[in-house]
Amino acid sequence: MKITDDSPPVLTALDRPNSYIGRSVPRPNLQRLTQGRGQYVSDVTLPRMAHVAFVRSPHAHARIKSIAADMAKKSPGVIAVVTGVELAKVMTPWVGVLTHLKGLKSAPQHPIAVDVACWQGEAVCAVVARTRAEAEDGCELVEIKYEELPAVTDPETALDAKTPVIHAALGDNLCFERKLDVGAVDKAFAESDAVVETTFMFGRHTGVTTEPRAVVADWNPSEQRMTVYQGTQAPHMMQNLFAKHLNLAEHQVRVLTKDVGGSFGIKVHTYADEMATVALSKLLKRPVKFVADRIESFVTDIHARDHRIKAKIGVSKDGTITAFEIDDLTGIGPYSVYPRTSGIEANQIVNLTGGPYTCPNYRAQAKVVFQNKNVMCQYRAVGHPIAVAVTEGLVELAAAKIGMDPLEFRRRNLIADDAYPTQSAAGLKFEKLSHHEALAHLDSMMNYAGLRAEQKALRAKGIHRGIGFASFIEVTNPSAAFYGVGGARITSQDGATVKLDAQGALIIHSGVTEQGQGAEAVLAQCVASSFGVSINKVRVVTGDTDNTPYGGGTWASRAAGIGGEAAWQAGKALRGNVLAVAGAMLQAKPDDLDIRNGIVVDKASGTERLGLDELARVAYFRPDTLPPGFQAELMATRHYVPRAWPFAFTNGIQASYLEVDTDTGFVKLLKHWCVEDCGTIINPQLVDEQIRGGVVQGIGAALFEHCRYDERGQMLNGNMADYLVPMAVEMPDIDCGHVVSPTADSELGAKGAGEAGTAGAPACVMNAINDALRPLGAQPLTDMPFTPDKILRALGKV
Amino acid sequence: MKPAPFAYKRARALEEAVAALGEHADARLLAGGQSLIATLNMRLSAPRLLIDINGIGGLDGIALKAGKLEIGALTRHAQAERSEVIARHAPLIARAIPHIGHAAIRNRGTLGGSIAFADPAAELPACLLALDGEVDATGPKGKRTIKAADFFKGLFETALGPQDVLTAIRVPAATKDTRVGFAELARRHGDYAIVGLAASARADGKSFADVRLAFFGVGATALRAKKAETALASGNVDAAVAALDLDPQDDLQATAAVKKHLAGVLLRRVAKQLMEARP
Repeated sequence: MKITDDSPPVLTALDRPNSYIGRSVPRPNLQRLTQGRGQYVSDVTLPRMAHVAFVRSPHAHARIKSIAADMAKKSPGVIAVVTGVELAKVMTPWVGVLTHLKGLKSAPQHPIAVDVACWQGEAVCAVVARTRAEAEDGCELVEIKYEELPAVTDPETALDAKTPVIHAALGDNLCFERKLDVGAVDKAFAESDAVVETTFMFGRHTGVTTEPRAVVADWNPSEQRMTVYQGTQAPHMMQNLFAKHLNLAEHQVRVLTKDVGGSFGIKVHTYADEMATVALSKLLKRPVKFVADRIESFVTDIHARDHRIKAKIGVSKDGTITAFEIDDLTGIGPYSVYPRTSGIEANQIVNLTGGPYTCPNYRAQAKVVFQNKNVMCQYRAVGHPIAVAVTEGLVELAAAKIGMDPLEFRRRNLIADDAYPTQSAAGLKFEKLSHHEALAHLDSMMNYAGLRAEQKALRAKGIHRGIGFASFIEVTNPSAAFYGVGGARITSQDGATVKLDAQGALIIHSGVTEQGQGAEAVLAQCVASSFGVSINKVRVVTGDTDNTPYGGGTWASRAAGIGGEAAWQAGKALRGNVLAVAGAMLQAKPDDLDIRNGIVVDKASGTERLGLDELARVAYFRPDTLPPGFQAELMATRHYVPRAWPFAFTNGIQASYLEVDTDTGFVKLLKHWCVEDCGTIINPQLVDEQIRGGVVQGIGAALFEHCRYDERGQMLNGNMADYLVPMAVEMPDIDCGHVVSPTADSELGAKGAGEAGTAGAPACVMNAINDALRPLGAQPLTDMPFTPDKILRALGKV
Repeated sequence: MKPAPFAYKRARALEEAVAALGEHADARLLAGGQSLIATLNMRLSAPRLLIDINGIGGLDGIALKAGKLEIGALTRHAQAERSEVIARHAPLIARAIPHIGHAAIRNRGTLGGSIAFADPAAELPACLLALDGEVDATGPKGKRTIKAADFFKGLFETALGPQDVLTAIRVPAATKDTRVGFAELARRHGDYAIVGLAASARADGKSFADVRLAFFGVGATALRAKKAETALASGNVDAAVAALDLDPQDDLQATAAVKKHLAGVLLRRVAKQLMEARP
């Protein structure tokens, strides 16, 4: 490890006496959550709290002719019925654009639709009542007259002259367009020995969180303050947005985020119904609660991944990739989602495709169009699963075409492990990756040669198994390059404040948030290690804009790498402050002392000198006994933001082993492997859990999950019976392996690990299915999710 | 997802439940509630009164009576799953039950509820049909017995009248010659099947008699495939598959063509099970 500080030579900073770095420490919140004592927003109840339910548009596109609320207002328990026009007086609309995505445009979006509803599920009227049930009763009594408008649903024709324009003021249905042309692409294709061209389709899906979106807004007119309890990934971002659109100062808004039942990127966006709830609280001067139910979650939680990509790869006979070319088309719903925009996924696909490989010739174009379906935005591993599936799908098709083993093909093209720092054809800057070491590790971990032999033997018996791979890179630890430079008030830095309590225990306040992924465990590990106490002496506080340092929260795999580093530094700073007090008390040089296991010791001999409880007693209650002029500072704050690199890229490779039942088209997943490199591993168990959970969500994309719409923009399967999330019974064992290339940007050297699983899994499942079916003459499957229907068709069975 | 307001009555006796059904035209019986409560919460139905029959005694027995196995309507799937009596005397039901939903659903859901709800993709109606079983119902005029073949009328539609309470199902107890087979294809374990097949037959030397093939998930009700039964009785699996005359509709999980294809695959697999001797 590269960390150097004042520790004895045999120990690195990570191996300090109280080091928890690299150890599978149980999360401090485990007992609370497993005993049902979590505090989710869904649990929050306040005096005089009302509940809101929304009447939602049954049409994909319709003019709202009239809203008759008289009956609903008389319904038992109903407090208010509020339309979009009425709420527009309380809250201003927003536009989801970023200046660094040049040309990206969108239309103003209101908390409740004004005049026109643009997707099936958009809120058209709010009913506030004493209970949610009474609010829903009221919703049934609101009479709304609609004039149905033609729905724009097919991205392929969204830009045609005869297709209606959804927002007339924008002129057309184009949200964003990007083109990139690097190297000499045409020449490279012309000189290739083989060219493979295909079209990849990705089914629109969503991140189904265990706890749905939930918000309780409490406007206090006496203080002129809005307190919002919200299940969100980014409390400070939301504080800014609530303030901005209610015309308040940020200090008038407090966002509290306690436990959150899963987010996966779903809870880092501005949702019209949550904004409406906050506005309703201000309007009605009382607490208002909104908890999305499962039915409305499916038509309002952001969707993602609805992309059609025409893709092409050139190769020479020796297996060198000569060129990549992609043409991406995606429909993102009627609005670019605020404030992160809906252009990021396509932008990421352009950035990431071909990223692991040395190939210098790359051309890409992406078109992002509006349509009358639910909005799309960033969901776990934004763009990665698509870019990886396109790249790795092409790689395996090309390898098959020239008759080369897919791992050998990759060995010839992956960026060499000693080539760093370097950058990709698309211009991504890589500090240190380990593609070849990861591949070698995977090769031996899965016993690749043995599996190929088994595959061959079983093939002879009519059992069709496939092996598929996916190398990948992943964006983590984003600097200001992601959003800040585009004008969004989304901070990339994060902070940690650590204080010593009066008995020598620590309390850490952090700007990152806990979504169930274990961020609080990582924070506790970092601060316990750098300060020098047992982890059970560390209490972690997150999710409170009044009390935590200003921070970005949890997204883009940043909590451990950025929040963890801030915590590490804050713990170190507090150790310095505490040793200054100890030095004064012991008449010793602070540099000769250390804190180990909660006790101040002689650094050299390890002799115990002073307990922290005694130190705290003196500092807080008998400061009169300290030397004149000496002031104990038992609270320290540090912030961290990556500066040397725009992103800390990680890398890895996954493999899938599966069996296709060629009679039924059913796929049985037998085994999955992932070797990844997230730099320093703070908590191996949490990293592996992130990888496994991510793989499962990636498998969901490959085999099961699909938001299906008809041509009129009606979602057909918006419930848990018809929308298939991956379930434990169908999941394979997932083995994880690691290569460790720390980032030099931070002392910890940790990069992110939250999205690697999701990034690579769809690609290798796809490749494994095609590997299984290739000898049967089936056309390669490139249209996710791979249902029995599609597999049977590829086999010519139906 | 909150239900519309409804009244709730807990019936203590069968007669009380029947009478309550008569008093309120818009009443529904609550047994395990595994389908009913979801439809209420999604406001797909809004009865004014729920009559809870869980407190009525004597409706959850499993007993062998005169060569027939009688299972009380309130028997939970989980209870049936663990029942040695069912495993021995109704092995088809024992094979089917693990495919019903998930453990939590099987803990609450009842056999009577599943039969009365008559979901076209559910396992138990097909089993009842394949076993040539019958249903006991009690209404204002007393108790009556309805043959499975006469019970399932259409999509979620049965021979039960508005005031009838289903009290038990009855199937012939398996003999040493009984052969059964069961298979279904669902995208995930516990989902309603894309297509499923419950089958029974009587071994008659090397061939079969009384072959009964009940497909589910391919029509408005579980369906017998009678031409295929005849072909299978003579031991010709290919002919049986060729004789399948199902006419399924497209649904969210599969097209009609896929369902027809899969029905043939299942028939081959179930035929193989039928040919295996009973353990």
